[in-house]
Amino acid sequence: MATNAASFRRQHRIGRAVIYGSLFFMAAFYLMPLWVMITTSVKHLDEIYAGSFIGLPQQITFDAWRTAWSEACNGTACRGLKPYFINSLLLTIPAVIMSTGIGAINGYVITKWRFPGSNVIFGLLLFGCFLPFQAVILPMAQTLGMLGLAGSLPGLVLVHTVYGIAFTTLFFRNYFVSIPDELVRAAKIDGAGFIRIFVSIMLPAALPIIVVSCIWQFTQIWNDYLFGASFTAGENAPITVALNNIVNVSMGRKEYNVDMAAAMIAALPTLFVYVVAGRYFVRGLTAGAVKG
Amino acid sequence: MSTLEIDRARKLYGDLEVLKEVSISIGTGDFLVLLGPSGCGKSTLLNMIAGLEEISGGEIRIAGKVVNDLSPKDRDIAMVFQSYALYPTMTVRQNIEFGMKIRGVSRAERDKAVKTAADLLQMTHLLDRKPSQLSGGQRQRVAMGRAIVRQPKLFLFDEPLSNLDAKLRVDMRTEIKRLHARLGTTIVYVTHDQIEAMTLATRVAVMKDGVVQHLDDPQSVYDRPANVYVAKFVGSPSMNIIPAKLEVKDGNAIAIIDIPGAATAQLAGIPVSSQAAAKYAGRGILVGIRPELFSVTGAASAQKLSVNIDVVEPTGPDTLALFQAGGVEVTARVPPRAVAARTPATLAVDTAKIVLFDAETEQRID
Amino acid sequence: MSRSTPLSNRIENWLPRLVLAPSLLVVLVAVYLFICWTGWISLSSSMIVPKYDFVGLNQYVRLWSTPRWHTAVFNLFVFSTLFLALTTGLGLLMAILLDQKIRVEGTLRAIFLYPMALSFIVTGTAWKWILNPALGVQKVVNDLGWTSFVFDWIAQPTFAIYCVVIAAVWQSTGFAMAIFLAGLRGIDNSVIKAAQIEGASLPRIYRTIVVPMLRPAFLSVIVLLSYIAIKSFDLILALTNTGPGSATEMPSTFMYSATFRRDQMGVGAASAMMMLMTVAAIIVPYLYSELKESRDGH
Repeated sequence: MATNAASFRRQHRIGRAVIYGSLFFMAAFYLMPLWVMITTSVKHLDEIYAGSFIGLPQQITFDAWRTAWSEACNGTACRGLKPYFINSLLLTIPAVIMSTGIGAINGYVITKWRFPGSNVIFGLLLFGCFLPFQAVILPMAQTLGMLGLAGSLPGLVLVHTVYGIAFTTLFFRNYFVSIPDELVRAAKIDGAGFIRIFVSIMLPAALPIIVVSCIWQFTQIWNDYLFGASFTAGENAPITVALNNIVNVSMGRKEYNVDMAAAMIAALPTLFVYVVAGRYFVRGLTAGAVKG
Repeated sequence: MSTLEIDRARKLYGDLEVLKEVSISIGTGDFLVLLGPSGCGKSTLLNMIAGLEEISGGEIRIAGKVVNDLSPKDRDIAMVFQSYALYPTMTVRQNIEFGMKIRGVSRAERDKAVKTAADLLQMTHLLDRKPSQLSGGQRQRVAMGRAIVRQPKLFLFDEPLSNLDAKLRVDMRTEIKRLHARLGTTIVYVTHDQIEAMTLATRVAVMKDGVVQHLDDPQSVYDRPANVYVAKFVGSPSMNIIPAKLEVKDGNAIAIIDIPGAATAQLAGIPVSSQAAAKYAGRGILVGIRPELFSVTGAASAQKLSVNIDVVEPTGPDTLALFQAGGVEVTARVPPRAVAARTPATLAVDTAKIVLFDAETEQRID
Repeated sequence: MSRSTPLSNRIENWLPRLVLAPSLLVVLVAVYLFICWTGWISLSSSMIVPKYDFVGLNQYVRLWSTPRWHTAVFNLFVFSTLFLALTTGLGLLMAILLDQKIRVEGTLRAIFLYPMALSFIVTGTAWKWILNPALGVQKVVNDLGWTSFVFDWIAQPTFAIYCVVIAAVWQSTGFAMAIFLAGLRGIDNSVIKAAQIEGASLPRIYRTIVVPMLRPAFLSVIVLLSYIAIKSFDLILALTNTGPGSATEMPSTFMYSATFRRDQMGVGAASAMMMLMTVAAIIVPYLYSELKESRDGH
């Protein structure tokens, strides 16, 4: 009996060791690119070419960050990432606010004011979540041209808002579905109308999903490349397009430290949001998989 | 004048008729309970009174005024919901005030109304809390407070106690009853719990499949149920419905019940009109006997039932004895230790309270 | 008997529809009308600018006789198969390991998931550097003493697509893990306890009881990853720029370059329609079943 228990305990300990070992190994693999990015970005170029890839920098320097931010060339100009970083902020913020606002009211109508056909409308919207954007790029480019928005930031804001509605509506619909209808009925008996119920009761209760929607939209729009590359040009490009251009410029000795610093700059806003509000980010991520 | 008149109200979802020409009318101070299983249409009817569902046909009048096309806020009603439906982001005070704010009631008046309601329901200390910080019973109280401050002509309750645990349910039931007595309000109350109906109601409407089966005061519904369905739904354990044969001897109706392994029982003294007795003479009928109509007696006679007890279930104050009669299982409520399982017993029946039903239509025979 | 409904009530009744109408209109135009528009261009002889004539399926014939498109379709097949298998497998493994009452679960979960917060352009840039044979992983291993070690896939036409797989798996595994973990947390613990009492070993419990119960999570993961695979575009541009040569061409990059670089708008539109049909074939049944289930559930 005693030996049985001892062997059981030993087996258990080995099992735990294997589990922790595999998890830490995977964690190391997942952290490696970030580590390489950060260390490379603060090394001197000479050190990099001397063959220090994974090790700590001998001497930390932020020259590469400075270059990436304000001097790096992207083929047309050498102004660094700064103007494009600002572009991305200018386009992301309004697009996030508008798409989230529209999604909130859509979700409210679809769940609390159902009418014949509202489910069909939801189904039509939902497919927009999974639209391969290649299928709409050409007509969108034509339409933006007709609207006089071709190549401009407002044009890109419009595109992101329009194609963001599907996801934000899904978020709010799934959230509002779990709020009992009785709440709306109680408010109706209290004399509140469509707008009053939305503003006074639903929106205050929807704070968590508003955060989820904003974070999701922020990440999606900040990280977008296809729309940015298709609908803007030159000065109006978002940061992802500028980053790709900087990295692909082939003139002289390749400045890997600048490339990594530029990649870090492009990644920082979304990484920051992820670190601060990871819980909400995960909820947005899995929302596409929860029951519709 | 009636406070609430439901006049041939119908509800259709497409082709599906969930309410079939329901007519109910109650006076001021009445406590109407709509009783029935889920899906019987009772909640739909309540929502139609509230204005939360459209009325497909007929009329609903509150204090003499047709309300079919009035929105809920114009119907002079208040409602308490099963899930309480408290606004989660508002404090208790804000919850209670919300309706008054919308109606533009002045601040002083609002404060006064909140104070009165809070005193009445003993929840003054809860006013600044959020609903999530309250227990189930406290939430229920707040929901009632929100209804009370409206001072409506009609209170509507939608299964308000079904989310509470058993002990709290009994307490809140008493509280609702007390409130009704104190405020003298008119109430329509939906439940599937027949004990709630019995204890609270001045009028009970037992519903099934969108039809009111029986509308009367609770004791009458209990004593003389309109049909087998009502008989079985009201009362626990439910009324025994025993197939039997009716015979008429010297103008008196006698129900003859087969008892396995014993002499047939012949129950006389059943309250039934002579016309009905003549009509059903020699035919199969259903005999409805409440469990408490049985009593244990020593001597055997034809008026009594000599039965073999299968199972006894002590409940404390009394014991349920189960036996076979007329091909069905019958339950009798007898004093503790009066009978034992798997032994014969002789039971007398208070035949004056027996109810007869038509074997086919299952309607009561008067 | 007719009664007049107060005007305010009628407005109130129509307000919800009124509010939803603009969104519906926008989606009808920007999704459905635009799809039809693309479809129309794919049936025209458009080159640099759209031309609205009709040449039947000519552009599709041209598309399917372009060797580059064949490479793209083949690459998509290789890429999706490996990407789906590896991401699903690794994600499930991570989720199961994390579900063993791990002390630092929160931190580990955060580490596995952070790549999802990055742009594919950032991921591509980072991995391009890591996979660089002259200075990256190969050099590190060589410097450690294994001088004959070669890891130059990114420069090899046959192997470059596997580099895309590595980077994509790295980026997306956390997503699969999150969904599986949510699924695992939703499983009633008493099922596992019951099996333990019957003497089943933990791996056996997972293989025969838990994993089969994760069916809905599998469905979601596979469908959503397929969608990511088909539309993956930025990762390839940043990591390999469809090279070496056109060895890592994919339908998404093909569409883009045909339309915007090689002035073959008609062919580009045809390839976009092919992509759309592939996605629709996967997504529409999925959405339908999800919606239907939730309706039955009520």
